[in-house]
Amino acid sequence: MPSCKYDWPAAGQRKHIGKRISRIDGPDKSSGRAKYTYDVNRPGILFAKVVGSPYAHAKVTSIDTSEAEKLPGVKVHIVQGVGTEIHWAGSEILLVAAPAEEVARDAAQRVKIDFEVLPHLVHEEDLSKVGDRGKPTAEQKTGDAAAAFSDPDAVIHEGYYGSAIIAHCCMEPHGQVVEWTPDGNLRAWESTQNVSGMPKEYADALGIPVTNVRVMTPHMGGGFGSKFGADRWGSECAKFSKAVGKPIKMMLERDLELVMAGARPPHYAKVKVAAKKDGTVTAWESDSWSTGGPTGGGIPPLPYALNDIPNVTKRHTAVATNIGPIRAWRAPNHPQAAVLTLCALDDLAAKLNMDPMDFFQKNAGLGGERADMYRQELTKAAELSDWKKLWHPRGTKIAGNVERGLGLSLHTWGGRGHNSRGTVTINPDGSVEVAAGSQDLGTGTRTVIALTAAETLGLEIKDIKVSIGDSALLPSGASGGSTTVGGVSSMTRRGAIDAREQLFAAVAPSLGVPPDQLEAVDGKIQVKGSAAKSVSWKQACAKLGMNSIKAEGKNPGPCELISSGVGGVQVADVSVDIETGLVKINKMVAVQDCGLVLDLKTAESQCYGALIMGISYALHEEKIMDNATGRMLNPNMEFYKLAGIGDIGELVVHMMTGPGYDERGVIGLGEPPVISPGAAISNAVANAIGVRIPTIPITPAKVLAALEKGGVA
Amino acid sequence: MSRKKDKLARPPGRGSVSRRDFLRGAGVAVSGGLIAGETTKARAAAGATTPILGPGKVPITLRINGKPQTLELEPRVTLLDALRNHLDLTGAKNVCDRGTCGACTVILDGDPVYACNVLAIEAQGRNIQTIESLTVGGKLHPVSAAFVEHDAQQCGFCTPGFVMAVKAFLDHHPNPTMESVEKGLGGNLCRCGTYVGIRKAALQAAKSVKGGLHNA
Repeated sequence: MPSCKYDWPAAGQRKHIGKRISRIDGPDKSSGRAKYTYDVNRPGILFAKVVGSPYAHAKVTSIDTSEAEKLPGVKVHIVQGVGTEIHWAGSEILLVAAPAEEVARDAAQRVKIDFEVLPHLVHEEDLSKVGDRGKPTAEQKTGDAAAAFSDPDAVIHEGYYGSAIIAHCCMEPHGQVVEWTPDGNLRAWESTQNVSGMPKEYADALGIPVTNVRVMTPHMGGGFGSKFGADRWGSECAKFSKAVGKPIKMMLERDLELVMAGARPPHYAKVKVAAKKDGTVTAWESDSWSTGGPTGGGIPPLPYALNDIPNVTKRHTAVATNIGPIRAWRAPNHPQAAVLTLCALDDLAAKLNMDPMDFFQKNAGLGGERADMYRQELTKAAELSDWKKLWHPRGTKIAGNVERGLGLSLHTWGGRGHNSRGTVTINPDGSVEVAAGSQDLGTGTRTVIALTAAETLGLEIKDIKVSIGDSALLPSGASGGSTTVGGVSSMTRRGAIDAREQLFAAVAPSLGVPPDQLEAVDGKIQVKGSAAKSVSWKQACAKLGMNSIKAEGKNPGPCELISSGVGGVQVADVSVDIETGLVKINKMVAVQDCGLVLDLKTAESQCYGALIMGISYALHEEKIMDNATGRMLNPNMEFYKLAGIGDIGELVVHMMTGPGYDERGVIGLGEPPVISPGAAISNAVANAIGVRIPTIPITPAKVLAALEKGGVA
Repeated sequence: MSRKKDKLARPPGRGSVSRRDFLRGAGVAVSGGLIAGETTKARAAAGATTPILGPGKVPITLRINGKPQTLELEPRVTLLDALRNHLDLTGAKNVCDRGTCGACTVILDGDPVYACNVLAIEAQGRNIQTIESLTVGGKLHPVSAAFVEHDAQQCGFCTPGFVMAVKAFLDHHPNPTMESVEKGLGGNLCRCGTYVGIRKAALQAAKSVKGGLHNA
């Protein structure tokens, strides 16, 4: 008997949960039918382009749009007028719009804006050059690091580590289509991770009631943390649209998308770590710095994952820069903190002449409540990567020009679920719909809703219609922090259980048993354990007469169906060409837990995708910020490099499932697997060539520069 | 229709500017730029045989998915903008703006091209195939079906471009290997990281196509 009304079915009774389910919107996407914000065409639409500041810090002194306005149909909307101080390159000075997109681009080029250029800072790796823009935060202390470092038996390592600023580079850029109805309502198609929260943003910016705003996101082309807000360009386009009386589409062009619509903050640190001779880590000291753009930004969680190091002293400096606002990037600050921590500890293991697999097993206890998980996952990762056979002490010279190495990292993340409300509707004709405001970023939100409802109602996944991505539906939270799957699955489960209960009540008299003696299985409502005493789903629903069942599901709610706190271990196996400096991924292994897996296929996809994104940021990605000009030098996809299909090697994903994991309930998976690749790859490169490349991305130039100073070359 | 036949079928006169004509005209003008008199003569000669179109709108007829469509477009409008902004064929996506990412891939006379790097006017008289043509009677093309089966898509924004690139690749390489798939699809990028699924989908679709599962 279930201990609570709302629970997940036991392992033997799951028809869909935990199986490999193809995403239900897959056919729409792979056939080109899926409509994204960028694809919305409206009658009479104008295409708008942003004219942004070329300077990182400047004051607008004059604006002349007369030449632009001579072009057919061109309209202009000033966003930041004369006298405004601009704090980052790209910052919107004005919008131009025209019925033809090519004319709008012409108009943007004809606008003349003069600036008074002010001093800027866009690159902060060299802390000695940031002047008074660096603000030290208070020192944090646990235990007595100084005493631990002065222990004569301590083995101490000191190093410098960092992670460059990178972009989100969503395939669908930021933007929206806005349209006013004759009665003063705003409709916005928006590429957003926050459909239900968006109307208030527009309403606040426009001074209209929230009830007058509807936001729709049927499909969206990637967010990764960068698309929570309507942004200034959104609300300004809405004002512009109202002024000209036409719908307006404004999607950022790739250069501005890369310059100002996505940035993961850089993090750098000087780290000192100590261990006993047996490898037990005893002390950590770090001086870290980073920027959050104009505001100085957040502090990396140091030491990361193995945060129970007994003696810790850490200091952080927040640097205010003119790089533009940073945005949450999949597991905010964690991938950077993993590089700062796991690379320093890997170097310490090398100094101790220890195999990192043994070293991290020995220190897994510093991971607190995740310790056992880490131990199991380290063992699994060692097995899947053939670690024992392939690992060698750091920098062992192999014949030829190509050195091979293995490295590992581990990570943790929270999860749980966002606040979510949705309706489960069962109609007299047997059709079923689950509807909620939430959105599918490509993670499989629709699919987990459908399979949860199908599981609960004894139906097939194709029998469930899922309606999401519309603020007119019940509010369902933003997709951030790996909270969506927890939020929508528990909402759906609760709503579907309640709806099922109402259906049982309607059917029970005809089967001659009390409602609590019924079950929904295989498209039937039947007396528990007795398929002979049943009615088909359709017959059961017909008993509803004229009235549909509408049950509201909620998260949070009674009986916990979700939890938080996952662990994961990753191993990278790389080859480094010591003549060209090129790093090639041979193989990566991801071992990951996330509690009860709802859809094994899309869960694995999250991990594959995270590994690939991780390979990309570990080896290729950097917003190259030039302090001389204040500009990003590579605002295009030729030189802001994403990993391609030939860059990824063999990828192995292992989900920890079954007893010990399932009973934890559902936990989100978007962030965790993207945390470790940078540190794992950096450690593998160090293992291969015998010298540490201190910062990611690990470019050929950095590899060759490091080999000049030491290592195997 | 074969490519050869199709080229012969290109209508003469307005809108028939070919890449070769264009390059020939441009080449004469550039090389003659050093001698003013020669330039004028060369331009006059080129002008006599080469139609000058634009900069205003001109009628452009495109054969898209087997159906002719006539539009009034400036000659500088790209095939991608013509499809997306003027014909509401939004399967091909605009991502990088400049021929880097492959999200706008369509098939032109059997070859995959970046629709953002082809002028609509250049595509006249050629067979333009977009992703919208792949689903026939509600049945997914084997390549699209393989993408679903192997979860070769997450946000899906790069997916139509990848599907078209895979289709064109398999049309030319019916017996692919993992290595040839990686080389053949190197012109398309994905941000969510769906390459593992795409590799599997391409290899499986090759088998399905050989097994007689064709849509287009």
